[in-house]
Amino acid sequence: MRGIIGYGAYVPYYRLDRSKIAAAMGAGGGRGERSVASFDEDTTTMGVEAARNALRNAQVAPTSILFATANPAYLDKTNATAIQAALDLPQETWAVDTGGSARSAEAAMRGARGSEGIAMAILSDLRTGKPTSADESNGGDAAVAFLFGDEDDSPVIARSLGSASATGEFLDRYRQPGDSFSRIWEERFGEQAYLELGNEAIERALKAANVGLEDLDKVIVVGLHTRAVNSLSRVAGDKLVNGLESVVGNTGTAHLGLLLASALDTAAAGEKIMVVHLADGATVQILETTEAINNYNRFKTVESQIAGGNSSLDYNLYLTWRGFLDREPPRRPDPDRPGAPPAFRSQDWKYAFVGSRDRSSGAIHLPPMRVSMSGGSVDDMERIRMADIPATIATFTIDRLAYSLSPPVVAVVIDYDGGGRFQAEMTDVDPAAVEIGGRVEMTFRRLFTAEGIHNYFWKARPLSS
Amino acid sequence: MASHGIKDQVAIIGMGCTNFGEHWDKSVDDMLVDAAHEAYESAGVVQDDIDAFWLGTMASGVSGLTLSKPLQIDYKPVTRLENMCATGSEAFRNACYAVASGAYDTVMAIGVEKLKDSGYSGLTGSAPPSDGTSSTITAPATFSLLAPAYAKKHGLDEDTMKEVLTRIAWKNHKNGALNPRAQFRKEVAKETISGSPLIAGPLGIFDCSGVSDGSAAAIIVRAEDAHKYTDKPLYVKALSFSSGPATGALDSTYDYTTFREVRASAEEAYKQAGIVDPRSEIAMAEVHDCFTPTELVLMEDLGFASEGTGWKEALNGTFDLDGDLPVNPDGGLKSFGHPIGASGLRMLFECWLQLRGEAPPERQIDSDKTLGLTHNLGGQPGACVSFVSVVGSQLG
Repeated sequence: MRGIIGYGAYVPYYRLDRSKIAAAMGAGGGRGERSVASFDEDTTTMGVEAARNALRNAQVAPTSILFATANPAYLDKTNATAIQAALDLPQETWAVDTGGSARSAEAAMRGARGSEGIAMAILSDLRTGKPTSADESNGGDAAVAFLFGDEDDSPVIARSLGSASATGEFLDRYRQPGDSFSRIWEERFGEQAYLELGNEAIERALKAANVGLEDLDKVIVVGLHTRAVNSLSRVAGDKLVNGLESVVGNTGTAHLGLLLASALDTAAAGEKIMVVHLADGATVQILETTEAINNYNRFKTVESQIAGGNSSLDYNLYLTWRGFLDREPPRRPDPDRPGAPPAFRSQDWKYAFVGSRDRSSGAIHLPPMRVSMSGGSVDDMERIRMADIPATIATFTIDRLAYSLSPPVVAVVIDYDGGGRFQAEMTDVDPAAVEIGGRVEMTFRRLFTAEGIHNYFWKARPLSS
Repeated sequence: MASHGIKDQVAIIGMGCTNFGEHWDKSVDDMLVDAAHEAYESAGVVQDDIDAFWLGTMASGVSGLTLSKPLQIDYKPVTRLENMCATGSEAFRNACYAVASGAYDTVMAIGVEKLKDSGYSGLTGSAPPSDGTSSTITAPATFSLLAPAYAKKHGLDEDTMKEVLTRIAWKNHKNGALNPRAQFRKEVAKETISGSPLIAGPLGIFDCSGVSDGSAAAIIVRAEDAHKYTDKPLYVKALSFSSGPATGALDSTYDYTTFREVRASAEEAYKQAGIVDPRSEIAMAEVHDCFTPTELVLMEDLGFASEGTGWKEALNGTFDLDGDLPVNPDGGLKSFGHPIGASGLRMLFECWLQLRGEAPPERQIDSDKTLGLTHNLGGQPGACVSFVSVVGSQLG
């Protein structure tokens, strides 16, 4: 039996209170909050965080990664390779992108389900819209990762009972490559198209799974066409899974996964869950949880991440982070682009946060060194991955002069539990709350982009409880 | 295998030092010509008397041509070198060794830096292509790491720490107000210093040294030849340099309240000079006060105050112009700014004036001691290079 053997979601720390949009612009906004990727996050880094959450308590590692996003950090260059490197997975791993549209989430999920070995689908999206638009307000940023495998690999916690797809060619939403916003045709046109496709696919999926609507325990209806989603949701009645519109927003490519993760977080054994995805057609998947879900060890639930958010983000900062407001930079040179050969040589360090540990003295070197700082032994080091080890702040400073898209830069010197020290930049933190003795954990971020090169590396953030 | 030093083997016979400041009207070439010719005149030599040159600059030029072209040096050796913010001192050190070795009779060490042409705030540097993982925080941020660590270790509350740092800046500006060559020649009220906009951590703009242009030079000969040029040569007692393993950011035993490189270079310099108690034996010191917490920590690392007491000594005026051990009587980097290649030689220039009794009367130190110390630092806490020299007006 093949199915889902693990999953993890990532909801970024910041929230935009939608009322701040109307307060600033006199238009737009609405009620509730949307999640916001920080200035140092993109769909790749959020994908890494989701995958780390999925793998944190897993006993197995994926042999393939299928990454889907409608907002890729790079074109031409595969983004899944950075995720594979950040997860410290071996080069035998097959890491590929699908992308361009929210529908590509289905390619990653179905591809992972149908692959051999342990396959991880990672869905990630960072939703933008023109200031005051519905997309800006209703969108959200998140990523989610699902591990598929066979019962022999790891206990299957949910398996597929049946599925059905329908495809439709019609103009609903569309975006030119390079644009930071979508265009949308009149809503009522798309609604009709989606309702027909959705109802038809649901009927076929129920038949394939040999269940009736009344047998379902939970129904997820998801898609970027709000009106169609709302209309089709009526079939679910009280079984409808909360769409998280008021606390996260619609996370596009990631949303079907985010809602499924949210449903699985609270699912008991034997629950039947129908997932309806409206994106240039309709795809319906009917799942059933197994006994194994009762023993599944979740690292961070969707709910806990929603609760851990910070709503203090101001709208002008949000616009700055998304590149819609070009603010006066500090009178400092722009950062240098990283060089491809040096980054290649140090990819264990740069991407996987792997240092070196002296076999004789045990001293940990971050970054890795060939000559030990303790005893001077040469080339007697073993690799040690520090990405998941918490640390304590030894000293810190707030740099108000350094280049940053979101000054000030918080720099901390941190000592890892069990040894090792590193001077890191800190993120997702109120500068006033940083103190010696504070506890931190590592997170994979995009430090800056220079000359078209995204500079990925690790930062520290407050240790989540 | 041992380090021997060259105590009393070489002497400075002349020095030059431009005004430091925003020299919009002067190029690197102009400043080199000014400093070099002031030094020639001071020593009573002409350019043809100089056998070899050492030019220290971090980024204002490459190769010996940076000096030989503006000075029109006729086919003599010019070494251009760089050792971060200790570049000027490094030029001096290597020039001294060349004379001590017997290779040359008369040499010049000269340092220059033009920072104000970049248009940026603070220092900037170009690094070789990298993997993009190195820290990109600024110099004030790296040195500001000292402040909370020192305060916590020695039990100072935030206000007291700020008061200590403020007094260091106040003292150096007070000294600089008496120095016509300084970039900033005004006393600054303590409230202005402590209330200045924050740059990094607790450091306000007045806790940071300025950014300026400048050049300084020294002419060096064998000690036995010094009296042919001047009645008052300055003898080199000690030259030490320490380049650390840069493990501060890797090694959890490093606590950001000291510079291990400074301790190593001070110990070595005192050994070469035969100094047992620097606090009581030295007349004055010019130290690398790039940021106020740096000077605080240096007082302990250089042995001017015992560990954990530097802040009290700073507050009670020990290092004031009329204190027990005047530190930065010329106003320091605080008043001069830090044109990198020039700073180390500018420090020596103050020793040159003070130990020969030629400082302007309003800042001339009244002391029967004959030794001066310069300290020059490059890098950041936990990863730096440190230079210490001891010079003296008497042999022995």
